[in-house]
Amino acid sequence: MDIYSFLREFADSWMLLFLFVVFVVVIFWAFRPGSTKIYEDVANIPFRHVDAPLPQSGDDEAAASKEART
Amino acid sequence: MSNYIKLIVLGLVVLFSMLATNYARDIAYLVHAIIIMVLSAGLFIHVLRNTDEPQVAVVDVSNEYFDSVVRAGVIATAFWGVVGFLAGVFIAFQLAFPGLNFEWAEGYANFGRLRPLHTSAVIFAFGGNALIATSFYVVQRTCAARLWGGNLAWFVFWGYQLFIVLAATGYVLGATQSKEYAEPEWHVDLWLTVVWLAYLAVFLGTLIKRKEPHIYVANWFYLAFIITVAMLHVINNLSVPVSIWGSKSVQVFSGVQDAMVQWWYGHNAVGFFLTAGFLGMMYYFIPKQAERPVFSYKLSIIHFWSLIFLYIWAGPHHLHYTALPDWATTLGMVFSIVLWMPSWGGMINGLMTLSGAWDKLRTDPVIRMMVISLGFYGMSTFEGPMMSIRAVNALSHYTDWTIGHVHSGALGWNGMITFGALYYLVPVLWKRERLYSLSLVSWHFWLATIGIVLYAASMWVTGIMEGLMWREVDANGFLVNSFADTVAAKKPMNIVRGLGGLMFLSGAVIMCYNLWMTVRRAPAKEASLTVAVPAE
Repeated sequence: MDIYSFLREFADSWMLLFLFVVFVVVIFWAFRPGSTKIYEDVANIPFRHVDAPLPQSGDDEAAASKEART
Repeated sequence: MSNYIKLIVLGLVVLFSMLATNYARDIAYLVHAIIIMVLSAGLFIHVLRNTDEPQVAVVDVSNEYFDSVVRAGVIATAFWGVVGFLAGVFIAFQLAFPGLNFEWAEGYANFGRLRPLHTSAVIFAFGGNALIATSFYVVQRTCAARLWGGNLAWFVFWGYQLFIVLAATGYVLGATQSKEYAEPEWHVDLWLTVVWLAYLAVFLGTLIKRKEPHIYVANWFYLAFIITVAMLHVINNLSVPVSIWGSKSVQVFSGVQDAMVQWWYGHNAVGFFLTAGFLGMMYYFIPKQAERPVFSYKLSIIHFWSLIFLYIWAGPHHLHYTALPDWATTLGMVFSIVLWMPSWGGMINGLMTLSGAWDKLRTDPVIRMMVISLGFYGMSTFEGPMMSIRAVNALSHYTDWTIGHVHSGALGWNGMITFGALYYLVPVLWKRERLYSLSLVSWHFWLATIGIVLYAASMWVTGIMEGLMWREVDANGFLVNSFADTVAAKKPMNIVRGLGGLMFLSGAVIMCYNLWMTVRRAPAKEASLTVAVPAE
């Protein structure tokens, strides 16, 4: 089988199935239990750290405590 | 040490461009070689003068955002916007009054040469600069990290401006590979590839060193835009130069494959450059301006993945009734229609962000601008799938209806959301308390909106009229109208279209004045630009 025919058949069978399954899994992933709480938090990302970045060095706990700051 | 490498590279570039100037086979390549020669020689002298000089103490800026490049991007966006709109208004009147194709400028400033100048100026210069500037702004704020790569961001900015200048001078002087939205020839394409990979590196580097654990949805859209445009650009511009000393090149693909690759590129330039990138803008600036988080973050995730999975297939709808096999055009058509859903999902998500704050529409003209951009987004993403249906396309294709559709999307959606973002950014970036004048924003809003309505409505009328005139046959099966008949019938609509464009342009000029005065006159915030941000 030449490359074109092989790719053509692969594309509209296994690859199509793979992409479709990935898509469906992503949709269900967005609705997984507990996601509402997480997304409520991350939706507010634009309202944090408006003026300055978090320091690159330093332990993560210190960084996390500053996250509530707007 | 790095200065020595820079000097060697710049010296080689100067040498090569001098050779290119000498051997240049065509005027466009000659002009490009001279531009490169002057620029690289200037940079060479600049680097040389700073080599082996005593080191100035390096200021630690890691606790500040890298905003100077964003400020430059805002200025470039406003500047190229006005240039692109002006070119558009001029060629609109060239269509209405052919006398404007002046005899003395024939071959340089006639419609055929200026039209790609207009499209590239608005899409790549205005839109591209807006995307680069806002993405640099948004990725820093939502990652709580300074841009990665230091001065690489400045390289991206200036490299992109050089690309614009090379592309624009090339069009006027006749260097084009005749691919819509991909007109620049091989040497300019190579340069853009370098700049774009640097852009990807800066963006990705910032994402990788982010301090915020989650990657905010706007960055997903921006990243999809950068990666996809890189892929599209490289594949669509695969070509073999005729000579290294000339701008002419020959495409690697030919015939229907070339057509398919071109419209795979062309439609995804719309899908990823003009849609995904600007959606990134929307997902940051609308919540910021409305001062409330996006309506549904889950919906934004579904919006992202469905848009990404569907858009890439829609290209073949540009090639109905051509040598492209029917199955391919049908595939493109079906995916285009399915795309309607994620598009409207995204529009609803943006609009509903305002729920509970609808009163802001009356008091804040900036949010009004953002909301109408979503309105136009919804309108053109309904119109597009409809026009991709084969039967509708039989009427609409090659007519001005397509032009009207493109402009309701580009002026309405891309233009208005960019204006909204600029009105948000300028007071923030220059540390002003507010904009200079809200009533001037209202003037801009109404001029732009009425301008787009005039533009789109006249193009609907003239496009459908044109399509019907072209297909009209008499009782014996002969075509009733000649092409010149349709041209004559379109004249009034062409004038209305030009006037609509003129209104849109004057709105943009008002915006520039307003933004300028914001920087010059509006009261400064307490922490002015010169004061360093205190270390935390």
